[in-house]
Amino acid sequence: MNTHANPSKLIKGATGDWEVVIGMEIHAQVTSRSKLFSGASTTFGEEPNANVSLVDAAMPGMLPVINEECVAQAVRTGLGLEAKINLRSVFDRKNYFYPDLPQGYQISQYKSPIVGEGVVLVDVSPTEQIEVGIERLHLEQDAGKSLHDQSATDSFVDLNRSGVALMEIVSKPDMRSSDEARAYVSKLRTILRYIGSCDGNMEQGSLRADVNVSVRRPGGPLGTRCEIKNVNSIRFIGQAIEVEARRQIAILEDGGKIDQETRLFDPGRGETRSMRSKEEAHDYRYFPDPDLLPLEFDQGYVDRLAAELPELPDAKKARFIKDYGLPPYDAGVLVADKETADYFEAAVQHGDARRDAKLVANWITGDVAAFANSIGLSVAQTHIKPAQVAGIVDLISDGTISGKIAKDLLAIIVGEEKDGDPRAIVEARGMKQVTDAGAIAGAVDAIIAANPDKVAQAQAKPSMLGWFVGQVMKETGGKANPQAVNELLKAKLGI
Amino acid sequence: MSVDQATVRRIAHLARIKVNEDDVPHLQGELNAILAFVEELASVNVEGVEPMTSAMPVPMKKRADIVTDGDMADAIVANAPAVEDHFFVVPKVVE
Repeated sequence: MNTHANPSKLIKGATGDWEVVIGMEIHAQVTSRSKLFSGASTTFGEEPNANVSLVDAAMPGMLPVINEECVAQAVRTGLGLEAKINLRSVFDRKNYFYPDLPQGYQISQYKSPIVGEGVVLVDVSPTEQIEVGIERLHLEQDAGKSLHDQSATDSFVDLNRSGVALMEIVSKPDMRSSDEARAYVSKLRTILRYIGSCDGNMEQGSLRADVNVSVRRPGGPLGTRCEIKNVNSIRFIGQAIEVEARRQIAILEDGGKIDQETRLFDPGRGETRSMRSKEEAHDYRYFPDPDLLPLEFDQGYVDRLAAELPELPDAKKARFIKDYGLPPYDAGVLVADKETADYFEAAVQHGDARRDAKLVANWITGDVAAFANSIGLSVAQTHIKPAQVAGIVDLISDGTISGKIAKDLLAIIVGEEKDGDPRAIVEARGMKQVTDAGAIAGAVDAIIAANPDKVAQAQAKPSMLGWFVGQVMKETGGKANPQAVNELLKAKLGI
Repeated sequence: MSVDQATVRRIAHLARIKVNEDDVPHLQGELNAILAFVEELASVNVEGVEPMTSAMPVPMKKRADIVTDGDMADAIVANAPAVEDHFFVVPKVVE
């Protein structure tokens, strides 16, 4: 664990600086058709108790049989986290009483998880990368869902989620700010989605975080931690850490002490609050599940799964930097979403041509992404095709249109001509920029002749040149090559 | 190993079983009798012996990832004391 505090991450208190220490337990729902130990469906949003087998409802005499795909998904994920894969792991019973847990225990892995220590590289900003250690990953069952707002006196229980496979991914306490924590969850989500072991959908609860937060004096001993349960969006994870750290600092600065406890984040009120009633029951009395044998496989099985893994984000990023000469930041932005990365490659390579990869990246992460965001889609989900982006970039690169006209062109593709070929649109609408020196010179001469006072000003103050450029562009309907205009004006004005 | 009366009350609470105060000494005696009986196992030397989880030395049976079960909400809630729209209905469990 990093013991040298980074001054820029410290929180200022009334009595000096504080360092926040964060670790996370992420519950990721395994992508599988059926449940971890039963043949019932995992489909989201079905009618109450429709996806429930007698195993999931814990009827007497029912026995769990493990789903081999869930095992494979956990191993793949472990490989993606560069973690140690344990060829032998054991399922235990974690005992607690709750109405949406019909067995009275959750089948989980306690002492011997399927995946051991690993590491995740996290880009916190364009210039900062941190390593977050993974403590372990284990397989376990999800519980059912209780609805408390249907009636004043009763709770309603739906067991559709009961028995769905979860991967609990436990980090080491390696994060030092809410930014680092958010970046870690984003990166983990990206890895899971590349591997296809979890869809990462936080709205549907496929990815939930329990966040452990403590504060200490920089370099001092670790403080007492509180666990904030079930935070279900990356934004809320950041907010929960900020308010919890502030709460703890306020208590400590008033001479109080932190109680180790479980808390809930209330986004509406922007505060965390204790859930003591549950804390009292924290005695899970783990023991090996006598219904299940140890989970064993050989290294050959792990190697086969490793060989089938897709290219993962870190490798893709390195390849984008090496093969396309992209700056690390651009490469990182593109690979954060696999479909966007594929879109980029399709655009760069379209028609077997070689084109400016950085310019393609700029268009995808800039104007195209802005349009996609505005309608709540990802870049690859929009109607704009990689070939159209390639076409726009080619028109800019060969000088047919300026960057400014290219924006108008994109607006046309967004609106009127959704399937339009960029070059055909430019031809049909006369959008080509004027590079003909004679035509530009005519416009330049006309502007200079009409504005003798401005000419004098510009000669005294060269920053006035921008005004002339603007006038010439206006005169030519925005189609003059701005660079040619610039050079010609400088020559004619003698600046 | 033996349990005291506080442990008896705690175990009952964790399992959400209501135990009358009058029954606690009696239950303590019963639990301790069971523990004393099981205690005999502690006399066996298990140094270096792997815990046995099954009598049969076979690999764990695995299931293919296909949907073969479910879609029987009527049967699932058939024995429930209270049901509404196929939900189990239980006394409210949050404050």
